[in-house]
Amino acid sequence: MRGRSKDQGEQAAAKRVQFASPFLPYLFLAPQLAIIFVFFYWPSAQAIQSSFYLEDPFGFGSTFVGLTNYADVLKSTEYFGIARFTAIFTALVTFFALAIGLLLAVKADGVIRGNATYKTLLIWVYAIAPPAAGLIGMMFFNQHIGPLVEFARWFGWDIKVGLDYFDTAFAMIVVAVWKQIPYNFIFFLSGLQGIPVSVREAAAIDCRSELRRFWTVILPLLAPTAFFLLIINVTYALFDTFGIIDVMVKDKAANNPITLVYKVYMDGFRGNDLGGSSAQSVILMLIVLVLTVFQFRFIERRVHYN
Amino acid sequence: MLKTISFAAIALAFSTTTSLAATNITWWHGMAGRNGEVINEVAQKFNVSQSACALTPVSKGTYEEALASGIAAFRSGEQPNILQVFDAGAATIINAKGAVIPAEDLITKAGYSFDRGAFIDGVRYFYADSEGKFVGMPFNSSAPIMYINDEALKKAGVEAPKTWEEFEAIAPKLKEAGFIPLVQSQLTWQFTENFFSRNNIQFATNNNGYDSVVDTKLKVTDPNLEMMFEKLKAWKDQGYFAFYGAGWNDNQKVFEEGKAALWIGSSGSFGGLQKTATMPFSATFLPYWNAIKGAGTNSFIGGAALFAMSGKSDEENKCVADFFQFLTSPEVQYFYHKDTGYVAITKAAYELAQKDGYYKEKPVAEVGIKQLLLPAGDWSRGYRLGFYPQIREIMEREYGRIFSGEATVKDALEAIEKEGNELLARFAKTAG
Repeated sequence: MRGRSKDQGEQAAAKRVQFASPFLPYLFLAPQLAIIFVFFYWPSAQAIQSSFYLEDPFGFGSTFVGLTNYADVLKSTEYFGIARFTAIFTALVTFFALAIGLLLAVKADGVIRGNATYKTLLIWVYAIAPPAAGLIGMMFFNQHIGPLVEFARWFGWDIKVGLDYFDTAFAMIVVAVWKQIPYNFIFFLSGLQGIPVSVREAAAIDCRSELRRFWTVILPLLAPTAFFLLIINVTYALFDTFGIIDVMVKDKAANNPITLVYKVYMDGFRGNDLGGSSAQSVILMLIVLVLTVFQFRFIERRVHYN
Repeated sequence: MLKTISFAAIALAFSTTTSLAATNITWWHGMAGRNGEVINEVAQKFNVSQSACALTPVSKGTYEEALASGIAAFRSGEQPNILQVFDAGAATIINAKGAVIPAEDLITKAGYSFDRGAFIDGVRYFYADSEGKFVGMPFNSSAPIMYINDEALKKAGVEAPKTWEEFEAIAPKLKEAGFIPLVQSQLTWQFTENFFSRNNIQFATNNNGYDSVVDTKLKVTDPNLEMMFEKLKAWKDQGYFAFYGAGWNDNQKVFEEGKAALWIGSSGSFGGLQKTATMPFSATFLPYWNAIKGAGTNSFIGGAALFAMSGKSDEENKCVADFFQFLTSPEVQYFYHKDTGYVAITKAAYELAQKDGYYKEKPVAEVGIKQLLLPAGDWSRGYRLGFYPQIREIMEREYGRIFSGEATVKDALEAIEKEGNELLARFAKTAG
């Protein structure tokens, strides 16, 4: 046995390609690097540059203003209000989308008959584009015809989406979570199905409590999937919910909650303030950078890969 | 083989016709739905009327999206010949010196005569510079008017109010008759900008922003505006006024369903409202305050204007001038007025509609134009404020806070003035 595996190792080494020219690998990488450069680094550099200028929208004149754009943003209490909402929104959407996705995956994993039907029913929602999801959500929460509004009225809650800050926030979170559950469900389900039956059987012999088995055996094994989903969900809540928010506030934020990304869009594209909007997107870039470093530094340490 | 030859022949025929056809010009606009279709018809009419120019209209979504696309295109040198820009974006495009050729210059250079007096008063100033020269070509103009649910007024046994004092007197009766007395669709346009024009009060320093962008400041903490919003808040608490949010349709819908007695909307909504309203309706002017001295002047125009973008060849500019000329002809204006509900922008077109007996048949269609024709005051000619779409956002936010009880009227107006003035100062730097 030992000898055989050594052979395999030698074969693999022999198969490893050596490039004749040292430039060839770079050539192969070039298209990918070019794409990253054109679609990421270049626009980022431009955003950083224009964040230091106050620019006439048509591009005739721009005045160097140093850090004024940043100072204006950071001085604004409105901006901090939006930042606070964004943090709460992101935390709630991530938590509920992950928790419900996991719960459904565990339940679907346990189902033996009609398994495929369940999966399909739970997954199809993911095929909906965010603006369409927003539109559907908007209909459910419509002040005049929304069934959920009628439902809430039974309990004496008069939901006013688009008018009441809290109610709009509630509706946005519900729609954003609803939209993201299928994605998490798919990943959790395949993660669960990747856990060997022998491990489950061994766990079942050692421990009778199903709940404890889940916490001590299944969940740690799912940790790599969960970590990946955590990052994806945070990114989703921060950026991809744009379409949902846009539809729900109907182009007019008014006294409704919005996220930082939506504010960038409002000021830049609607308000034609390119400098201020650029400064905001640079701030957002920094927030995401810090968040990513934090996630990989502190959370990934607790994740065990096989 | 025969197929290939005939195909080639057809292709050749096509290519010759296109090369014979004339200068192509493009027109980016922010209209969709029925209004977008009418724009295509207008372009079609123009293309048929002459052979030197071929105009292609392109819908770019909403007003804001059209402006954003136009700006982006200009920056990359791919701008259309004509860009439609809405009222709130006027300062952005007019202050960008060199982005547009003033419509008046373009038209006179093409050899046409230009008579400012041919346009109705409310339209004449808004897209012009401080000397009165037309920078934009007014195209679709509207006024905020008050639509009336006839059944509701009859049931309550009251007359439509001309002033807010009269409204206060009839509101309890309308409520008693089972209706929401008043709703409106855009607080910034109807109860701020046009509050200043209708009551002839100064909106901003520097001649409402026309004279200079430097040091222009809002005057929204005006005690009269404060009084208006105190009243609105009180009316809301008493059940005389309802507010369903910043969305236009949320407020219009209540009226269409016959639940509200009065709705302040756009004269441009008339076309659509004829199809959606479930009850007979009429309309009257946007009310003013009798108590305010000098009130009752005309309102600002809403809607949008067409701007000829610079950086195009003389041939193309000539075509744009031809099109502007075509557009202001009474026949085209009348056609557009009838099919959309937007007001006719020239006196001649208005007279044509009168002569045709259109207003006998549809009196509501005349309300907006009559309101724009009211005598102008010092402060009812227009306003020119930079970053104004953002300032409107601040207003929407603060007004929402007033009605939800999160802010007092005084605090809300102060916040608008403070944040708005910061934006105006920033804009002055970009335009300076």
